Amino acid sequence: MNVNLPNPLLEAKAVAKHFGGVKALRDVSLTIRRGEIYGLIGPNGAGKTTFFNCMTGLYVPDGGGFTFDGAPLIADAPDKAAARGIARTFQNIRLFGNMTALENVMVGRHVRTKAGVLGAMFQNAATKAEEAAIRQKAIDLLHYVRIEERAGDLARNLSYGDQRRLEIARALATDPKLLCLDEPAAGMNATETEQLRDLIDGIRRDGTTILLIEHDVKLVMGLCDRVAVLDYGALVIEDVPAVVQKDQRVIEAYLGA
Amino acid sequence: MDIFLQQIINGLVQGSIYALVALGYTMVYGIMGLINFAHGEVVMIGTLVTITVAGSLIKAGMPVAVAGFAGLMAAVLVCMALGWALERVAYRPLRNAPRLTPLITAIGMSIVLQNLAMMIWGRNYLTFPALLPKMDFEFAGANFTMIQIIIVLVSAATMGGLLLLVYRTKLGMAMRATAQNPAVASLMGVNINRVIAAAFVIGSALGAVAGVMVGTYYEIAHYQMGFMLGLKAFTAAVLGGIGNLAGAMLGGILLGIIEALGAGYIGDLTGGFLGSHYQDIFAFVVLIVVLMFKPSGLFGEKTGDRA
Amino acid sequence: MNFGRFFRSTVGIGLTAAILLALPFVAATGGQAWVRILDFAILYVFLALGLNIVVGLAGLLDLGYIAFYAVGAYTWALLASPHFGLHWPIWAILPLGAGLACFAGVLLGSPTLKLRGDYLAIVTLGFGEIVRIFLNNLNAPINVTNGPQGITLIDPVSFGAFKFSGTTQIFGFALSGPQKYYFLLVALAILVIIINIRLQNSRIGRAWQAIREDEIAAKAIGINTRNLKLLAFAMGASFGGVAGGIFSAMQGFVSPESFSLLESIMILAMVVLGGMGHIPGVILGAVLLTVLPEVLRYGVGPLQMAMFGKMLVDPESLRMLVFGLALVLVMRFKPAGLWPSPERQRELKETGK
Repeated sequence: MNVNLPNPLLEAKAVAKHFGGVKALRDVSLTIRRGEIYGLIGPNGAGKTTFFNCMTGLYVPDGGGFTFDGAPLIADAPDKAAARGIARTFQNIRLFGNMTALENVMVGRHVRTKAGVLGAMFQNAATKAEEAAIRQKAIDLLHYVRIEERAGDLARNLSYGDQRRLEIARALATDPKLLCLDEPAAGMNATETEQLRDLIDGIRRDGTTILLIEHDVKLVMGLCDRVAVLDYGALVIEDVPAVVQKDQRVIEAYLGA
Repeated sequence: MDIFLQQIINGLVQGSIYALVALGYTMVYGIMGLINFAHGEVVMIGTLVTITVAGSLIKAGMPVAVAGFAGLMAAVLVCMALGWALERVAYRPLRNAPRLTPLITAIGMSIVLQNLAMMIWGRNYLTFPALLPKMDFEFAGANFTMIQIIIVLVSAATMGGLLLLVYRTKLGMAMRATAQNPAVASLMGVNINRVIAAAFVIGSALGAVAGVMVGTYYEIAHYQMGFMLGLKAFTAAVLGGIGNLAGAMLGGILLGIIEALGAGYIGDLTGGFLGSHYQDIFAFVVLIVVLMFKPSGLFGEKTGDRA
Repeated sequence: MNFGRFFRSTVGIGLTAAILLALPFVAATGGQAWVRILDFAILYVFLALGLNIVVGLAGLLDLGYIAFYAVGAYTWALLASPHFGLHWPIWAILPLGAGLACFAGVLLGSPTLKLRGDYLAIVTLGFGEIVRIFLNNLNAPINVTNGPQGITLIDPVSFGAFKFSGTTQIFGFALSGPQKYYFLLVALAILVIIINIRLQNSRIGRAWQAIREDEIAAKAIGINTRNLKLLAFAMGASFGGVAGGIFSAMQGFVSPESFSLLESIMILAMVVLGGMGHIPGVILGAVLLTVLPEVLRYGVGPLQMAMFGKMLVDPESLRMLVFGLALVLVMRFKPAGLWPSPERQRELKETGK
């Protein structure tokens, strides 16, 4: 299979996960290259989110493993995955509801900043400078996802589309090498999906690799450089959209042969 | 050696009371994930109601057996009503609130019930009427009483009844389904409100029985007695694996025995440094140790927060 | 900066300062007992703001907070009283008390903080009871705590020759002991308010709030939730330790009775009723819950005597009943507290709840 792909960012090797007797992932191997938008699709229950959770440290895989950015990814704690440069959004948006939009993004800087309790108490110069940098970066990111005018509002009061954007901004605040989006277009209308598409494309152009898990096949095929299809926990195919679209097994998986 | 057997017997008796109270915690927790701090207070009110009802009937010249039975029934009914009201008035409006909210409400209700009880029954220790004949037995150097035997038998029978209810009736099935997955259960036509109310009512009835037994056993009662009892029963539920009925029963008995043995031997173990008045710390030490090494309890399934 | 706002805030601060300065002298006209009540109100402000870091910011339900207060109080009592004949100075005992309380917090928190929040509640509650049982019983065979009788004749706070007990003449004013403690406590309270504000708007404070809001999402953006929860818990414990030390010195006497579960719940109630995570709300909660019971004590008794000719309801139990009911009602109708933060207030209005 993908033996000598150039410039890999993430390699999954024979990742397996089962819940009781249910095999949610059967030896899934795939490779995400630097700078691409990589789509992961499959029918409901195919194991997409399980794969995602294994990769981001929420689940520990029962077999196989990941190599990320040239070193093995020890997937047992989500915070370590984030520190390595993997950021994610959630299928059912998880924001910090009682914090403002700006604060949500500022928290995202946590893993890239250092100030501790003593710094906060004594407000030394280094802490002040870092705090100002965090704030500036957060404001910039809110601009970037175009919700800067909602900066002072509580996250829970934002519209659905804005909440999606805020979650992406928060993920970007961790300076990710790989940004994983779990069904970002779910529940969006055509216009919103179109805007999201532009946003994702822009993020990639600015240098961040993207893993996109999506139900919306049209969005995936139009946006992704390469696509992998999961069915019953196993990898069906991994190729460019034009090939995947014509693959008989994919058509069967989706039409439920 | 005889002290060992003696403490096992004492522990078994105390443990069956813990087990009954623990069931009330575990049922509510299993179904709605709430630590009902006020449950110990329900038990206390069961004891005090029995004192009032049975005590006044005995004074009026009723036979002790009749008065005792009437007292028990009164306690069960009052506690069931109280359990129902607690759920309906205090907890149901908070069903979708953040976790801290119902927990704090539960603490508040516990304080309210304690102080209401103090206003009704006063702040002094009350004597529990002697409802059972005093008879002593001896076995292999250990003493035990008729009361102890009856306590163990009654709690065994009550728990057997609960198991029948949960595993053999439609309501029981609905309860188990709700504990597994409330959303799916409600899609399948289970009335969640009824199931939760039932858990409170049944748990309170068990608590009332436990309350009467505590009163009979120790012969005194007090408006603050529910707190420590409740705390230990909760520990028993965690020890057995919270949400698990059989676990609560075994956890209760195990905790009773650990406490009794601990109190019996702590002096020897610490070279006389700590005495038997440290009995109450065993429950908490057990709780902390269990949570440290086996947070799902001895018989519980491993569950984590869902993503 | 807007000059109007600057002017207003300066006037506000000046006015607050004037009131804070005048209060102990106004209260003294009603007797030193009222100054002492005032002292306790401020001590509770300090305690409640310490707990606010744990409960309000990090969202951890700590029901054994008073145990850390007890650790601080007994540290002071044992090291500065005739009980062991030790009279250590404040700069040694206060940090030691805070350190020991912090250590106890870490010891208790490290196994439990990785578990679900409600386990923490029950474990801290159990810990509080363990501490109380030990304080009550550690008088034999070696007399460490002097058991239920407690420890008496504890040294007051003193800096060099300046003692906080007894009356002193300063700038022509005669300051009583409670009045001096008042100023010390106000200074400490201001310090803890500043720490609270600075923490709240810091990297660590934001991470705590994120954990409070959604732990899984917090982990996903790289927050080590376990360490940060431990940090919040240990910090709260240290504040409890400091407050305990001052309490010990101010009273001159400690006994296990002062460290019951009810005290823990009362401090929690101050945080929750006032406005979880909102500093002015917590201060309001602490002052209300310290002063109201005193008013009830002095008011309800005589009022009942006047109206009914006898005591129908004992003021102490009425106080507790009101407490309990307040907790239930506030959770039901004002879950963000009596004085929630402006953002949350706005949110409640917008969602029409």
